[in-house]
Amino acid sequence: MVQLKVNKQTASPLAPFKSNQESTENKIVYDTRQLNLWYGNHHALKNIDLAIKENEVTAIIGPSGCGKSTYIKTLNRMVELVPSVKTSGQIIYRDRNILDASYGVEELRTKVGMVFQKPNPFPKSIYDNIAYGPRIHGIKNKKILDGIVEQSLRGAAIWDEVKDRLNENAYSLSGGQQQRICIARALAIEPDVILMDEPTSALDPISTLKVEELVQELKQNYSIIIVTHNMQQAARISDRTAFFLNGEVVEYDKTDTIFSTPSDKRTEDYISGRFG
Amino acid sequence: MKYVDHASVVKRMGSRMIVNKIFKALFFLATLFALLALGLLFYRIFIQGIGYLSLDFFSNFGSRFPEKAGIKAALIGSLWMMAVVAPVSLILGVGSAIYLEEYAKKGKINDFIRMNISNLAGVPSVVFGLLGLTIFVRALALGNSILAAGFTMSLLILPVIIVSSQEAIRAVPKDLREASYGMGATKWQTIARVVLPSAIPGILTGGILALSRAIGETAPLVVIGIPVIIQFLPENLLSQFTAMPMQIFDWAKRPQEAFQSVAAAGIIVLMMFLLLMNSIAVFIRNKFQRRY
Repeated sequence: MVQLKVNKQTASPLAPFKSNQESTENKIVYDTRQLNLWYGNHHALKNIDLAIKENEVTAIIGPSGCGKSTYIKTLNRMVELVPSVKTSGQIIYRDRNILDASYGVEELRTKVGMVFQKPNPFPKSIYDNIAYGPRIHGIKNKKILDGIVEQSLRGAAIWDEVKDRLNENAYSLSGGQQQRICIARALAIEPDVILMDEPTSALDPISTLKVEELVQELKQNYSIIIVTHNMQQAARISDRTAFFLNGEVVEYDKTDTIFSTPSDKRTEDYISGRFG
Repeated sequence: MKYVDHASVVKRMGSRMIVNKIFKALFFLATLFALLALGLLFYRIFIQGIGYLSLDFFSNFGSRFPEKAGIKAALIGSLWMMAVVAPVSLILGVGSAIYLEEYAKKGKINDFIRMNISNLAGVPSVVFGLLGLTIFVRALALGNSILAAGFTMSLLILPVIIVSSQEAIRAVPKDLREASYGMGATKWQTIARVVLPSAIPGILTGGILALSRAIGETAPLVVIGIPVIIQFLPENLLSQFTAMPMQIFDWAKRPQEAFQSVAAAGIIVLMMFLLLMNSIAVFIRNKFQRRY
């Protein structure tokens, strides 16, 4: 088992983080062990140990530049799009180390979907946006694609809004709708995990609320890891929260514990708004 | 403490306004001068050449007699040459641009290559003519054929196509590439389905403008020895041929007064061609321009 910074002082039932209780809890989907990451000479992630559970929402919070986006992008190796990135350590996903050179990124990314900070639909029709993923994986049958498009749009709670305009350009939608299209697009490859990198930072409060509700529904079927700048959002929607600071995990625990009785002074300072 | 003395600001206002107007007039005159020169050129060419512009002009071959001279061989020859230039330069140019933007490692070598391609775009066309003469006409023994001329022209416009395609590819937002990679697309799938569809308007606009340069270039054709008196149409890519700028050049340097007018008629045809191609480029740019 990975060493976690567990709150040992509080014996509150909200922090049942002992190994003998693991069996009743959800399984681990992502097990990060001693992950280090450098951008050139900049040491961006330092000795990260983090075990992320299935069918939960795991929030990653922290001030700008703390490495939270870098971490989530390492989970599907999108971070490699930046030249001069080096990593060490392991990230075990479903019993395999994804940092292994032999692990194909394309294969990994069909199991791990991602939603980005800014809504980024393709300049294509809504239908073609959703069908993009299945098509690149070789699904050509129109009936199957129709089914995937409907199921994904329903899954992202936007089917009713767009079902009559599937052939319209996705850019004709509002920002909030575009982001839910992007979530639907991620669902279309039927992933196991969904990574969300500040998915509501470019959205208005009402669209944000819709996305948050959606995240709650999605965790029945998916494991969700969400980076957020917004601590209230983390408190509202996540089951567990990891607090990152300067490339390190300061604290990782049940969200209730983090926000009520954090064990580290820095976490307390951050969540009470004293810095960041 | 007040630093701004409003009284003196008001006093200086008058002279500031005058300077303002002077510069406006200066820039307007600069524009006007260019427009007038162009207008005059068009007017002169048109008045001089319109008399010779008839159906016969399009269906006659070159001739010693101005009234029998036609542009048929040159027009068809130019079209043949473009049939070589367009695919060769677009495939090589867009291919190189994709490689440099998407595959090549960013770094000093890439910057060096990029800088040199931009410099190549400024090399005089006569130099490309000499290159074509050495490589295609002599070394590859293609002679003064359509293929040799087409390859030479392709080399001439290749840098322009590469640079404009690179710019079009670079303008595709990173977000879209990330979205594609994020779903497990390979590099090629991302290029073919996301990058190229978004970049194609820019690529085609730059490409067509480059092609219209190729159709009007004369110097490389002179250097590789394209003949002007051609009384037959080309049969294949290795045939001899003549092209519109060559034909016009030949007419213009003849001593008879009447041939000046024939040259003007040829210029009108060439300009129509260029205008048509540039309009297509503008049309593509406006029609397919994308918002992100």
